[in-house]
Amino acid sequence: MNDIVYSETTHKPNAHRHIISAMVENETGVLARVIALFAARGYNIESLTVAEVDAKERVSRITVVTTGDDMIIGQIKAQLERLIPVHSVYDLTMECKYVERELALIKVRSSGAKRVEALRIADIFRARVVDITTQSFIFEITGECEKIDTFIEMMRPLGLINIARTGVVAVSRGPSNLRDKKKFTSS
Amino acid sequence: MTAAAKKKTPAKTAAKKPAAVKAAAPRRNEPMLGADIIVQALADQGVEVVFGYPGGAVLPIYDALFRQNRIRHVLVRHEQAATHAAEGYARSTGKVGVVLVTSGPGATNAVTGLTDAMLDSIPMVCITGQVPTHMIGSDAFQEADTTGITRTCTKYNRLVKATEEIGPGLHDAFHIARTGRPGPVVIDIPKNLMNIAVPYEGKTKFTRTTYNPPVEANETAVKRAVELMAGAKRPVFYIGGGIINSGPKACAATTKFIRETGYPVTATLMGLGAFPENDPQYLGMLGMHGTLEANMCMAECDVMICIGARFDDRITGRLDGFSPNSKKIHVDIDPSSINKNVRVDIPLVGDAGAVVAQMAKAWKEKRNTPDKRALANWWKQVDGWRAKLSHYYEKTDKVIKPQYALERLEALTAKADRYITTDVGQHQMWAAQFLQFREPNRWMSSGGLGTMGYGLPAALGVQVAHPKALVVCVTGEASLMMNIQEISTAVQYRLPVKIFLLNNRYMGMVRQWQEMFHGSRYSESYMDSLPDFAPLAEAFGIKGMYVDKVAELDKSIKAALDYDGAVLLDIRVDPAENVYPMIPAGAAHNELVLHPGLSKKKATALKLDRDQV
Repeated sequence: MNDIVYSETTHKPNAHRHIISAMVENETGVLARVIALFAARGYNIESLTVAEVDAKERVSRITVVTTGDDMIIGQIKAQLERLIPVHSVYDLTMECKYVERELALIKVRSSGAKRVEALRIADIFRARVVDITTQSFIFEITGECEKIDTFIEMMRPLGLINIARTGVVAVSRGPSNLRDKKKFTSS
Repeated sequence: MTAAAKKKTPAKTAAKKPAAVKAAAPRRNEPMLGADIIVQALADQGVEVVFGYPGGAVLPIYDALFRQNRIRHVLVRHEQAATHAAEGYARSTGKVGVVLVTSGPGATNAVTGLTDAMLDSIPMVCITGQVPTHMIGSDAFQEADTTGITRTCTKYNRLVKATEEIGPGLHDAFHIARTGRPGPVVIDIPKNLMNIAVPYEGKTKFTRTTYNPPVEANETAVKRAVELMAGAKRPVFYIGGGIINSGPKACAATTKFIRETGYPVTATLMGLGAFPENDPQYLGMLGMHGTLEANMCMAECDVMICIGARFDDRITGRLDGFSPNSKKIHVDIDPSSINKNVRVDIPLVGDAGAVVAQMAKAWKEKRNTPDKRALANWWKQVDGWRAKLSHYYEKTDKVIKPQYALERLEALTAKADRYITTDVGQHQMWAAQFLQFREPNRWMSSGGLGTMGYGLPAALGVQVAHPKALVVCVTGEASLMMNIQEISTAVQYRLPVKIFLLNNRYMGMVRQWQEMFHGSRYSESYMDSLPDFAPLAEAFGIKGMYVDKVAELDKSIKAALDYDGAVLLDIRVDPAENVYPMIPAGAAHNELVLHPGLSKKKATALKLDRDQV
């Protein structure tokens, strides 16, 4: 989903990558609201994941990876918090230590020595084979984005034909629950 | 609504109605049709009037309106006008404006007014009809993705999916529209749900935990802000529409607080009237067409106290030149307004009225004492800027100058119970400059979106809310033409609005920019075939008047004001007049250009004034 909106904000000198996590009410159109906000205000979305995390309370977590300087990231947080169905928003990159993961499915089609090499490298990356034919593999790999990027680069000369990535999910480290934070409490 | 207002309900329409089938007062939890729930919920919210236009998808609601007499419906001639009328109603009363339109084109026509209300933070609830639930998504007749289209131009919107959701959905909509930073809310209701009967629970409590707007600001931050203010040598208050949204009491409290400090104060276009303009502490409006003293105070101040304004680009001019040496305090209820355009030093997130009360209390307990000598010097500087006469124009008896016409309007209506609406362009800026507002809620103008066509329908909304008051729509011929059909609405409801038309035959502001920045190439800014407005007004059924002689202006204005009913006064003004002062696009706010006639030399940027500091 690189540069899905406007890419101007990506390459500013003080721009950094941030992982924004938003807990939202799982109602119709909430994802559209978030995406429309990013598109309308020219913020970048590098990756986006969304799924319900609390069926009883109907809460979903939206994880957005974006790039911007401090002022833009501050705006993104404030604008997201302004949306009525949003419970809370936090910038994992700035507010806490966190664990970040992405999952990818990678299809490689090759034969002979290349096939063996692909398997060997998959083993190094702890990628699992989830589908196999005489001509192909599908590897499942999880990790931080960079690890997946590197694995993809390694597979490219070995017959890589398809990539599917989930986008980043992340959660804060330690016992604290950032979900307890309410909107508008900090001044 | 007063008894007088009820009397104004057109006798004609009432007489045509067959004996209304009165709906019995509903008992709690008794099944009611969705359409009746809508009307009942509006009544439970204290709604007195709805501005709307019927159509296929809202016919059940119109039928429910027909069967009751608590809520008055004002039939406009175009859905955009319904939204602006609701804005005028809301802005002049502080209540929520209510709009009712049909699906498809009804909803899309309302989009401009919704966006206008969004940018100017006007509380509004807009009910849109939708095609029946089983037809949604089939490109049915008059189907539009209303929630999709209005998602970014509303504070909140939703498509109702079951009749049970109608009541709570509407009550939530009113809560969201009027609390926090106010704004428009759209409730999209499919037609089939209006014909299903379910129990109505009455006024439900707002239960969503995700929406909880702040009221009071952080106490420590307030104390820091007040100490900073008290230590200021060159302070200025910069106030905006947020205070007016906070209510007349908040305006009075802010005025009292500003007077206690003795600091100069300037207001945005949206904030006019929040502080009495005849007070010597008042510097006039700031921004692109604001006074020299207001803009220079902002440029040269050491402490800026912004309350309920949002550092709009028409205020700041070129951002890197905006008040570079000041500490900034920003009171705003919307955290996303903080540091959006301008980085501020002390943000105070909360309701303007509540935060001002906190500040006023802290001011009494402050440790710092204001430096009286520094303040006296600051005021001396202000007087120097004031002496430059920002609102200068060349008086003549050969042609009516638009500024002169507004000066006369001000003189002849200053004592009246007066409400002013404007359209957008030169006349709007002149009205802001030459009319004086001493109370909030008296000035209705499209600020953020700059919507031509706002003025007349907004005036109708104001007049509906204030039947006895004098409501003047200051407009230009190009703006008026955008919603001129609404004269017909004024006739139907006998709304005695005075249309004060400054007719210069040009899209004046466009012409001014073309003169200044496009080598006087007046590309498409002249309308070659304008109607003769006075007879046109007569054809609609209101009084039409015409004046083009300076000597006859007063007489014409008086006649228009004295006339018992709506009037259009077509004032032929100088077509070549420009609005001054002006911060040219891309210039800093201290590079204000004054009227060229003020100096024999070319109009120069007043950077010279910096030397005085």
